Amino acid sequence: MIRRWARDLPWTVGAVAASAIAVGLYGWLVVSLLRAGTGRLSWRLAVEVPTDAGRAGGLAPVIASTAVLVTIALAVAVPAGVAGGAYLAIGARRAGRRDALRGVLDLLAAMPSVVFGLLGATLFADILGLGYSLLSGGLTLGVMILPLVVRATDVALTSLPGELTRDAAALALSRWTTLRRVLLPAAAPALGAGVMLALGRALAETAALIFTSGYVDRWPSSVFDSGRALSVHILDLAMNVPGGDPSANAAAVVLLVAVVVIDLLALAIHWRVVRRPS
Amino acid sequence: MLSVRRRDQGLALVLRAAAALMVVVLVGMLALLVREAWPAIGGGHVDLWGRSWQPSAGEYGLAPLLVGSLLVTAGALALAAPVALGVALFIDEVGPRWLAGVMRRGMAILTATPSVVIGVWGLTAVVPRLGRWHAPGPSLAAGCIVLAMMIVPTVAVLIERGLAAVPRERRLAAAALGLSRGTLIRDVLLPAVRPAVANALAIGAARALGETMVVMMVTGNVPQLPGGPFVPVRTVTANLALEMPYAAGTHRAALFAAALVLTLLVAALLALAFALRPRGAAT
Repeated sequence: MIRRWARDLPWTVGAVAASAIAVGLYGWLVVSLLRAGTGRLSWRLAVEVPTDAGRAGGLAPVIASTAVLVTIALAVAVPAGVAGGAYLAIGARRAGRRDALRGVLDLLAAMPSVVFGLLGATLFADILGLGYSLLSGGLTLGVMILPLVVRATDVALTSLPGELTRDAAALALSRWTTLRRVLLPAAAPALGAGVMLALGRALAETAALIFTSGYVDRWPSSVFDSGRALSVHILDLAMNVPGGDPSANAAAVVLLVAVVVIDLLALAIHWRVVRRPS
Repeated sequence: MLSVRRRDQGLALVLRAAAALMVVVLVGMLALLVREAWPAIGGGHVDLWGRSWQPSAGEYGLAPLLVGSLLVTAGALALAAPVALGVALFIDEVGPRWLAGVMRRGMAILTATPSVVIGVWGLTAVVPRLGRWHAPGPSLAAGCIVLAMMIVPTVAVLIERGLAAVPRERRLAAAALGLSRGTLIRDVLLPAVRPAVANALAIGAARALGETMVVMMVTGNVPQLPGGPFVPVRTVTANLALEMPYAAGTHRAALFAAALVLTLLVAALLALAFALRPRGAAT
């Protein structure tokens, strides 16, 4: 009786302790951010410009730049990504080609983001002459999240019930029509969730942007102008601006809340809608 | 109105083009890396084993940077692995069902925490406390701790998926044999989940190796070979972020060479993860 209990104990204690550590540390993170940033958190952050190198004022131009960057990234990644994912799910005839492509995707998705930033700066800023601009940053970001969108489309389409494709074939629909009017609409919730996750990833990205979209923290005049993403703003305040810690922590809260809300929504949809391929 | 056949041919073309784009991007990235790094590699300026990284003196020894990256990653893995395993076991077996469900979803969300946010917390909350306990604050040790925290959710989620994939019959058989939970875990679940754990660790390592923000903010950024854990170091990634904005000529090429080495390391880790992946598991 006691021997059985004693055999269980180390595992139970270990598992509980590990979970407590993990949860405790992240809880400490949230509390620490809130406490350090509390003086600077207010609704005014959304409308005021940063002043005193960001130690005072708000985040409005930074939020605007971030929105533009992410929009460009999605504009690049979603069309190409959906097409690529559709290829994987229904277009590829040979399994070997499919697996090879999925391997390429996994490799792209795991590449260090700073390498994306370096290459984006070389290709978009230097070779294409776009310089430090929202366009350079957005395009780089788009290439970064492209594998995520492809994967999301692939998963969304392959988790659809097989009857959909068979019924469409029975009706002699072309594959294009099947895709456009049957499969994609049916996959839309899961696909939307996947795109939202990619969006969250893009918001969190920093290293890819410091060489491409620049550091300027005023309102960008156009997509060819430089602009600062929220993540870069946080980095600058924390590392380069003495006394910037409270603002950095406040901005970090904003970013964290944004990412968590988007991802919670996305995962809620995903868990409800995506079945494992049967 | 296009005929059905034409429409489908067009579709096939578009889809295939999109897939080809993926391959073009990957190959293009590698090609560009090699092209930009070539002046430093071909000219023999960059030394893989060189111990001194001092661009101002024309010394481009990669060893301190590579060692910094590898040690921080190894340390983070060593710290994260037991915690992640414990969390996964809690979710899968040990914890009460309602709490386990919450934890599973919570971990999934936490994998998306922005690295700058973790870096800010590391810089403002962890490093000062670590510094008070054992000077200095920003160090290899700080990097390992904060980086470990960053990868725990990712590794835990992957291990938990492996645990969930263990066939039900095995648990039922263990219950029928009257095995205790401890024996179930130690002798049935853990052996079954070894490939998943190895895979999860390889993926976690790749993520840690490629991380820039966290290490830049908490490791102190001194390019040197560390004599112990409480010494500031600099990783390849942080070095790229810090020096790229002003590097030119040979220096710039050397930075690209470092980036190339890093990319190859990550690719090797991914290949390892692929080789170690559990057979027949749904990804």
